[in-house]
Order: sequence, then structure tokens, then C-alpha cells
Amino acid sequence: MSSRDDKAKVQHLSWRAGFGATPAFISNWDHRHWDRFFHSVLKGGETSPRIITVPQTDALAEETMMGGKKRSAEERRAIGKRNRQGMRSLNLAWIDEMAATEHPLREKMAFFWHGHFACRVNNVLHNQLMLDVIRQNALGNFGDLLSGVSKSPAMLQFLNNQQNRKQHPNENFGREVMELFTMGHGNYTEQDVKEGSRAFTGWGYDKNGEFVFRRRLHDNGVKTFLGKTGNFDGDDILKIILEQKATAHHITEKLCRFFVNDTPEASMVNRLAEGFYQSNYDIAALMETIFKSAEFYRPANRGNLIKSPVELLVGMRRTIPVDFGKDQVQLLFQRILDQVLFYPPNVGGWPGGRSWIDSSTLLFRMRLPQIIYYSEEVTTRPKDMPDELTDTYSGNNMGDQFVRRFAKRVRAQVNWEGYLKAFDDLDVDRVAASIADALFTNARKVDNALLNKYADHSSREHYIRSLTIDMMSSPDYQLC
Amino acid sequence: MLIVNRRKFIQTGSLASAAMMLPKFLKAFEKKKLEQEGKILVVVQLSGGNDGLNTVIPYRNDIYYKVRPELGIRRSDALAMTDELGLHPALKGLKSLYDDGSLGVLNNVGYPNPDRSHFRSMDIWQTASGADQLLTTGWIGRYLDAQCDGCGHTSGAIEVDDTLSLSLKGKNMRGLAVPDPQRLYASAHDGFFKSLVEDHHPQEHDHNVDYLYKTLSGTMSSADYIYKQSKIYKTTARYPDSAFGKGLKTIAELIISGCDTRVYYISLGSFDTHVNQHPQQQRLFTQLGDGLKIFSEDLRKNNRFKDVMVATFSEFGRRVAQNASQGTDHGTANCMFLVSEGMKKQGVLNQAPDLSHLDQNNPELGDLIYQVDFRDVYATLLHQWLHTDDKTVLGEKHKYLDFI
Repeated sequence: MSSRDDKAKVQHLSWRAGFGATPAFISNWDHRHWDRFFHSVLKGGETSPRIITVPQTDALAEETMMGGKKRSAEERRAIGKRNRQGMRSLNLAWIDEMAATEHPLREKMAFFWHGHFACRVNNVLHNQLMLDVIRQNALGNFGDLLSGVSKSPAMLQFLNNQQNRKQHPNENFGREVMELFTMGHGNYTEQDVKEGSRAFTGWGYDKNGEFVFRRRLHDNGVKTFLGKTGNFDGDDILKIILEQKATAHHITEKLCRFFVNDTPEASMVNRLAEGFYQSNYDIAALMETIFKSAEFYRPANRGNLIKSPVELLVGMRRTIPVDFGKDQVQLLFQRILDQVLFYPPNVGGWPGGRSWIDSSTLLFRMRLPQIIYYSEEVTTRPKDMPDELTDTYSGNNMGDQFVRRFAKRVRAQVNWEGYLKAFDDLDVDRVAASIADALFTNARKVDNALLNKYADHSSREHYIRSLTIDMMSSPDYQLC
Repeated sequence: MLIVNRRKFIQTGSLASAAMMLPKFLKAFEKKKLEQEGKILVVVQLSGGNDGLNTVIPYRNDIYYKVRPELGIRRSDALAMTDELGLHPALKGLKSLYDDGSLGVLNNVGYPNPDRSHFRSMDIWQTASGADQLLTTGWIGRYLDAQCDGCGHTSGAIEVDDTLSLSLKGKNMRGLAVPDPQRLYASAHDGFFKSLVEDHHPQEHDHNVDYLYKTLSGTMSSADYIYKQSKIYKTTARYPDSAFGKGLKTIAELIISGCDTRVYYISLGSFDTHVNQHPQQQRLFTQLGDGLKIFSEDLRKNNRFKDVMVATFSEFGRRVAQNASQGTDHGTANCMFLVSEGMKKQGVLNQAPDLSHLDQNNPELGDLIYQVDFRDVYATLLHQWLHTDDKTVLGEKHKYLDFI
């Protein structure tokens, strides 16, 4: 294997299992490092993740969770405002963690689960708790993850299980847990949804966001679920769901779509799903198998996934670190590109793939490097977003405000030093190819003449910078 | 210190037609118009949940005045259409369209098990899904798919905005977001982007990189086309000086120029009137009514009004009773306006909502029960107006209404 192919393979794994490797890492690559590299991709640098919190959530929690207490409109507005600030801080804190982490795979997996267990609630504390559940279990056991998510206040609230009572069953959670989170459509009946939902009656949360089993509201009767009969509760139902091979298959297939190819080969999915099931849903083991499989490195599976907006942004930040000063501009990018963390479109999550791309998002993606690294003007206005917390559609809660604030320039502090160092010892005519190796995952050929035409030749440093930004401003950089 | 953006200094000579550098596989489709000379649909989205009961006012209904003691529009202020129904006084423009027979009013449009979240209900309206169904493509996007599957043509549907709504995103096809033709042209015509497209060689397999390049070259070629079209006809009509007014002006100019776009999409908002509803609705309705009136006159003058149908919608209507803040909260069914010279039936097209029979599932909410499924309206527009197989677009057969 040639050195360029070898580097492309490293960048392929780095991007799929994280947000890309730095140019320094790529240019210093030695093929003898593979095993150690592979191990570090899977295990990362830390043992368990630090919890991501935002300031004042405790105080906020007390204020927002005091059920029943009447508040004036003014008090409610003030709480709403602090909560919205909290939601923004949480979003940015997680983005920062993705950009800085020594265990990119864990954040990438958490990002996957964030879309899988899609939840759209207003309460910052609930979101913080949910985020912690998916980050702690991101590479753990799927059964633990499923149970943790199912008992988190965010999910209980979002899918109305707080209202699921013996006298008035609410089937929203019961249905989605089967259709979207585990087995997938076609592997259960409407009767199973009814019976399963009865078992989840009484699952709720208290004012501290702790799971509570409200025995009085639980339906103690006998239920028949997926062919089994008994006095089941919610835990029993989740256990039976995990006994179904359809669950392992559905999760494996979705992981393959996210990590391998928009349309993964059936034979690969079937083989991996069987292993996942036999391992009793060991997520880390499944990911290791995927990343070791021959299919994963096939040409058809290289550089063929469209980066989601968050992956694009985090990848750029890991390649060339920036201090935005006004961090919230990153929320503007998310909104324009249609992916705001904690605001998935619906319980189905972000559809991903080609759905990220239309004329306006593609043009904006291709301008993003210039906006960030050249401080080019942001002229795109995102659509208004209903303010979920106060449930009003103020029409200008973020859009106009953002445009006013950022219409001029981003003015980020860009730290080029480490990036430039990676190309220190190169002959100038090898620079372009070397940058391409650092930025792309498929050892693509670069058109030196084209790049040189648009490059800044005033100094070696400016030359490298301009080539880098131009390559990042290409359709190819949208892929990994 | 900032480094100089060298790209800005390099322009690739004249602004050659982007079509010249289109990949071969695209060119074949460039010539193929979506359809022959045909009908045009303009969708107006009233974002935020417009209060239908203060839009089309049941001015003889005692219940209406009882539950809206302050907020109700007085009988003397309503612009009477029928013996029972009148328009909000700020909708003078629509009233004149009513008077000359080019307004249709559909009452009580909605769907079963209505969702009262802005986000979810807008999703439902934009994707034309049921309340319990998750779709990831929009109904106009699927219309584009059905016209010309995978052919890279993006000017078939245009949204006048910086970004594209889900409504216009199909499986393979997307509409084009056009803030205004000149701005789009300027941002798409980057010399570097152009060089990249020229330099790209399609892969053998169906690869995402080709999809991206195809989208890019399609965007550039459409931006080019739209920009050229926008210069053919410049209107002298005085549109309201608001984003909505300017957007309608852009749409009128493109239609009159003979642009091959079949569907236009534009939004106005926010109609989320929880607090102090009157001034907000007054302001927005003035924009809506005056804008659509001038738009219609402009089209009529150019003999195109008979080919254009405007349809308004909002993600939900509002609660029957007013709230404690001189506003209304999220509700269910709502009215839709249709504006065209080419309708078979005009005026008030169906019965006013029955305020004495409200949603029994949520009696405390006091919500309207829908009579017309919004997908019947879509099906009618798709089949009767745009001559498309609505079943392909909507996934199932829906009833056609008789206004077309």
C-alpha cells in the first residue's frame, strides 16, 4: 500500500469514528502505528466522560420544576429566558467537547444516539440529563442505554409517558420505542403497542428529574406482548424487545447507514447484527467489528457519506482551531444548515444523507470556510424557529437577532500555527497534494493548476492557507 | 490579521452562461421543460398559526362574541361576504378580490388528531403526512420528483427566501431558494466554484460526490436562468415595501417573464398571537391583502391571472375563546384562501365552522373540528390545477374539491 493510500485509510477511519485527524497526525503517519492508532480510536484517552453541564441549571431546575406553583407572566418570561440561554450554552458546550475531546468516537456515538433517541423538549435540565445518559452509555450496552433513555425525564415528557395512566393509556412512547428505537416497523402488531403501553403506565419523573414509578397509576393486569403473557411492567417489555433479533438488526442497520454507507450491503448488516445480538448488545464490540471489516475500507464506502452540519463544523474546528469570540455564531450555522443540537425535526431524528443538501445549504457550506477563516460576511438569514419553551413563535427570537449581530463579520481568532507546522518541511510543489491528504479521505488527485490559479502566492504561509480554505470550500470536503 | 481573499480578485472573464459547463448528463434535461405552458401555484405560508376566526369572521354568531368579548371583530367592522361571514377589516385587498370573483374561502381545513405544536403541525402540513406519520420529504418536493425524477432541474419550484423549507425538499429533487434573483446569482457565480464544476469528472457508481456536483451545477445554471428571466419583465406596479411585498413582486416578474417555474412559495409571519393579537394581525393582514391585490392586478394586466392560483395556509388555527392576554392560544382547524381568476367556484366555498360543536376529546380547549382534510386541498391543486398524479405525490388517494 502506498503512503498516500495508507494516509487516506487513517483519515477515513478518523473521520468515520470521529471528526477527522489533524494534518500533523497525517503527515507524521508511519504505517507501523496502525495497531496503536486503531486501539486509541476505540478506547480514547479517558475512562468515563465528564458530565457536560451549563451554569445555573440547578437553580433553573428548581424554578422550572416547581409543579403547580402559580407564577406571574413576568416570572415565567424570566425563567424562559434563562432556560433558553441554558439551551444555547448546552449546545455550545457539547460542540466544544466534540472539538476538544480525546475520545472522538464516544462523542460521535453520542451524536448518533442523540439523533436516534430524538427528543425535543424545552427544559435544559432534562436535556442535560439525557445527554449524560447517551454519553455515559455511548459505547456501552445497548440495553442499558435503552433503559436509561426510556427512564429519562426528557423522553418521558417528549413522548407523553407522564400522561400514560392505567385509566387513560397514552401509547406515544410505547409505539415509538418499538417503531423507532428498537425493532422497527413490521415486527410487532397494533395489539403489541396497546399491551406494551399498558406496561409503561406509571413511568414518570419527579420535580428533580428523577425517574419515578407511580404504582397507583400502573396497570397491574396481565398483558400479552409479542407472544408472551404475564404481569409485565416497563422493564419486562424492554427485556422482551431486546430478545427480538429484529432489534439487533434494526440498530445495526442504522449504525451502518451512519458509519459505513447510506445504503449498506444487506450481507454486512446481517452478519454484524447476528454478532451484536450474540454479544448481548455490546456497542463497542460492534463498532470494533465494523471498523475491522473489509467492507468498511472498500472504495465504494470511502468518502461517500455527506457530513452532517455538526460534523462539518466540528471537523473544521479540529483541523484549524478557532476562537469565535461570539460563540453563538455556531448556532447560526446550525440553523442555516438545518441541524440544531437538541432540536431534531421530530422523533424520527435527522434523516441525514442527501437530505442535508439543497441549493442554499450547499452554497452556504462552501462559503463557511471563508466566513470562518476569512471573516467573510454572513448574509444568509435562517428561518424563524418557534420558541419552544414559552411556546410562542416570536418570529425574531433568533433569526433577526442573529442577523443583526453577525451580519457583518464573524471575526474569529484563528490559530493556524499547529496546522501550518504540518507542512513545514515540504517542497512547495508537494504542498497541495499534502493538504489534500490531510483534508480528504480518499487519496484524491488534486488539480494543481486550478488550485494555483486561485491561490495566494504572496508568501508560503498565505499559499498554504489559501489552498486549505479553497479545498475546504469544495463539494468534496462535504464528504467523509 | 486577516489574509486577503484572493478569490475575490479573480473573476473568470465574462459571466458565461453556466449551462455551458454543465455535465453532459444534465444538458439533456435542461431543454425539457417541466411541462408545456401550464398552470402555476403560489403557496403562501402564514407562519405561527393564524387565528382563522378573526380572519373569516362569523359576524352573526352569538357564541363567537360570547367567547371573544374583547377580541371579536365587531359586526360593523367585518367586511361582509355572505350573510354570515365577513373578512377582517385589514383584508380590504382580499375583499376586492372577493367582489370581482377571484377569491375562494375554504373554512375549517385541518386533519385528524391535530397537533398543537408549531413545529410538528408545520411538519405535517409541509410533508402532507398524517398526525401519526413521519415523512422526511415535502409535498412540493415530491411533486418535483414526480415531474422529473433525478434530472437536476431545480427551478421547477422556487421559495423566495434565503433557505429552503421542508415543503420543497423531495427525495431526489429540491426546489430553489431565491432570496432575490440578483443575490442568488451573485453568490452562485463564484469563479472558483465554476472552475471546480468544470474540473469534475463524474464517477462510475452512484456516488454522493456526483450528487453534490450535480446540485452545485444545477444551482448555478438555475441561478443564471432565473437571473436572466428576472430581467425580461420589470413591473411598474407598486408593491408594499415589505419583505413579503418584495417577494410577491419577484414572483410576479418571474411569472410574467415566462419562467418555467411551476410552484412558488413564500412565507409571512409571525401570526403567533398569544398576546395583544389585534395590532399584529392588523399589520400582517394589511401586508397580505394589499400584497395579493396588487399581485393579482399585475398578473391580470399581463393576462396571466387565469393561470395562477394562490393558496394560503397556516400550521393551525387558534382556540375558539380568547385568552387572558388579549390573544389566542394554539388550536386546530383553520381557513384557507384561494386567489385566482381561473376558479370554477368562487366566494365562500363551504360552511363556516360550527361553534356549538367543539372537539369533545378536549372540551376544555374548545377547539374546532375540521371538516376538510388539507390533503384534499393539496390533491385538488396537484391534480386539477397542476395536472399531476396526486396519488404519487401524496401516497394515497384523496378527494378532489370542486373549486377548480
